[in-house]
Amino acid sequence: MDNLNLAVLIPIVIYFALMYVIGFYAAKILSKVTRAKGGGSEYLEQYMTGGRDTGGFVLAMTLVATYLSAGSFIGGPGTAYTVGLAWVFLAMTQMPTGYYTLSVLGKKFAIVARKVNCNTITDFLRERYQSKAVVILASISIIFFLTAAMAAQWIGAARLLQGSTGLDYTTALIFFGITVVVHTAIGGYRGVVLNDTLQGIVMTISTLALFIMVLVKGGGVANIVQNMKAIHPGMISPMGVEEGFMTKAWVTSYWVLVGFAVIGLPSVAQRAMSYKDTKSLNAGIKYGTVVSIVLLIGMHLVGAFGSTLVSGIESGDLVVPTLAVSLFPDVLAGIMLAGPLAAVMSTVDSQLLVVVGAIVNDLYINYIKPQVAEDTKRVSKITIGTTAVMGIVTFLIAMDPPELMVWLNLFATAGQISTFLWPTILGLYWKKANKEGAIASMIVGMVSYVIFNYNYPRPLGMHAIVASLVLSLIAFVVVSKFTKEPAREIIETFWGV
Amino acid sequence: MKEADKVKKDIDEGFMEDPRYKQCNKEALYGALLGIVNLIWWYVFGYGLGDKPVEEYTYILGFPSWFFLSCILGSIVFIAITFFMVDKVFKHMPLHRFTEEEAKEYLKSIEGKEA
Repeated sequence: MDNLNLAVLIPIVIYFALMYVIGFYAAKILSKVTRAKGGGSEYLEQYMTGGRDTGGFVLAMTLVATYLSAGSFIGGPGTAYTVGLAWVFLAMTQMPTGYYTLSVLGKKFAIVARKVNCNTITDFLRERYQSKAVVILASISIIFFLTAAMAAQWIGAARLLQGSTGLDYTTALIFFGITVVVHTAIGGYRGVVLNDTLQGIVMTISTLALFIMVLVKGGGVANIVQNMKAIHPGMISPMGVEEGFMTKAWVTSYWVLVGFAVIGLPSVAQRAMSYKDTKSLNAGIKYGTVVSIVLLIGMHLVGAFGSTLVSGIESGDLVVPTLAVSLFPDVLAGIMLAGPLAAVMSTVDSQLLVVVGAIVNDLYINYIKPQVAEDTKRVSKITIGTTAVMGIVTFLIAMDPPELMVWLNLFATAGQISTFLWPTILGLYWKKANKEGAIASMIVGMVSYVIFNYNYPRPLGMHAIVASLVLSLIAFVVVSKFTKEPAREIIETFWGV
Repeated sequence: MKEADKVKKDIDEGFMEDPRYKQCNKEALYGALLGIVNLIWWYVFGYGLGDKPVEEYTYILGFPSWFFLSCILGSIVFIAITFFMVDKVFKHMPLHRFTEEEAKEYLKSIEGKEA
């Protein structure tokens, strides 16, 4: 702790303090609304969806900030630093996130969510399929995969703090973890989306500032690109620097993994049921698309261009912090680093909320102690307690960090997608989708993904997610066709007036 | 009259389908199609111009042409199309659970606009 860099640390501490303020502010609204309306189920709706009053700008910011994580802000630019423009090209497969998620789940999802009064994506699946097995599979997948994803993100954040401020890893992890757990636990969804909005703004400012700085120090685009070419011609080719790694089929399949199938992520889908009205949604699509594209292209170009400014950064995770510290004076570097930290925090707080939702809302209140739902005080105690416990569990996993965060994170993402994508989409748009089909698709999706990953990582040259999504779709349709159609009441509830 | 026929058919089936879903499905379809067109744009420019020896590259504003057209121009074009789509195709509607009267009223209001 001797080489503590206070000039970098202090802006970050101030930034973190702001998170607490917002958390407490949201907690105050939460308790006011709940007291006025009463009841533990009202508390949960407020806690998990913010009372469905998210506006357009906030919706866009929370969607983008939730979706863009350490992967896009630390891992991605880190890889672009070694691979070059090819990795920026790959990152652009996330271009559709803004418009795609919100228009495909769209207004129908918001209408249905209000009809059956659901707070989480698992609530939606429970009402649609009326099956204990579906709910339990969904909850287990959330708890298992999201905890892995969160741990990966926490590691990224702690590394970042460690690399830039000189704090040791454990202290950095505690500092970060407590901030996330406290603002999520007390503020709920409202606290999380308000924080996400602030974080989205910080991410945007820091991306633009870093990008401009890299551009200026590198002597303009043309100069930087030629310097990259001099390092290795592959740095400016879509095929990358290493033969046979960035193949066309593999890179293109990222459109499925990080573009189209993102709808299957519970933390993203939950945002599509929380907005206030169609005005917010339409505005959310516009803002979301602009912000996500600017952040993606800006941050990844920072990594790729950075290779010409500072050479020999060994760990990919340290590229962004190293660039920030070497390009900016210390105080400004601290502000710049708040951007990637914000990216991580806004992702993990949403994930933490989804995990807590799975435990309290989907499992505990549904199957273990339904009578608790009436008691606001107990529900709030259990919710906050669960948030704290999950925070500690994540902390313990993150204490023993594996090397390559990007891959760990992608594994968790793919796991959730293969569980949730088809049951959500088909449940929404296909009347004949039934519980047997949903169960079959969840199991086939999860199991085939794991098997592909260990035995045959690039089926037909593509990322394993594509094959496992195709298999789980087939399983869903075939099993639904050969088993009983869903009950008439379900169809009437979801499709009727 | 098309809408009225549809309602009749649904009533024959035993219930009236939420009249907002037709528009919802249309918007979802537009969003999905835009995604596919976006993918094609990205692929054609990216690999069409990028998959050749680096020495043969041309440059636009300092970027290799494949990158500029696929990623930078592509971003601008698809942001523009998204705005256009939201303004022209997407419609405003209430999101709460309809009563039958509200549903009929809504149907009337959209038929009035289409006529």
